[in-house]
Amino acid sequence: MATTQDKKNEAGSGFVYLPLIAGWLVPGAGHFLLGKWGRGAMLSASILGMFATGLAMDGQIHTGAHDILDMLSMAGDLGTGILYLLSRVMGWGTTLVQITTEDWGSRFIVVAGLLNVISAVDAHNLRTGRKA
Amino acid sequence: MFRPSHFAAVVLFALFASVVFGITQRDTPQKMVRYGLYCFVLFVGAAILLSWLMFLIAR
Repeated sequence: MATTQDKKNEAGSGFVYLPLIAGWLVPGAGHFLLGKWGRGAMLSASILGMFATGLAMDGQIHTGAHDILDMLSMAGDLGTGILYLLSRVMGWGTTLVQITTEDWGSRFIVVAGLLNVISAVDAHNLRTGRKA
Repeated sequence: MFRPSHFAAVVLFALFASVVFGITQRDTPQKMVRYGLYCFVLFVGAAILLSWLMFLIAR
């Protein structure tokens, strides 16, 4: 039977931040690395779903920080990791928000990034043994 | 392009966010489902309540 000390030792070996970084870069990857397939799949589907819905609504991918709101939105967008990079390379998203649904789409994309950060931190907590 | 109604957008937002909140904020599957549902109801309920409040204030 594994004791608490065993669990701590097990959690302490290897590169502790790998699930955090993987989870940030690819939604759900941190949980997949830890063998939490079900949780990872649900998180991945939710975050990718929110991001894709935002893009489908013609949301904006923030590319520059002109004012404080742009800066905060870009920080949120960056939370999507590799999806942000892909969006920039492929030119996804609108450049100018003109109608309401495009604004909602932009918020969906920002929140997808923030949810991905929460998910990556959760993977980190699982890795360190802070969460079961 | 996808042009949902305001309510459909709220429901989609609540659905995605609640799944992530449920999984990340609780430890056991049963608690995750319960907390996810709780968040979903709060998201949608708050949106409906605030919508009615704004409607009544605007009159």
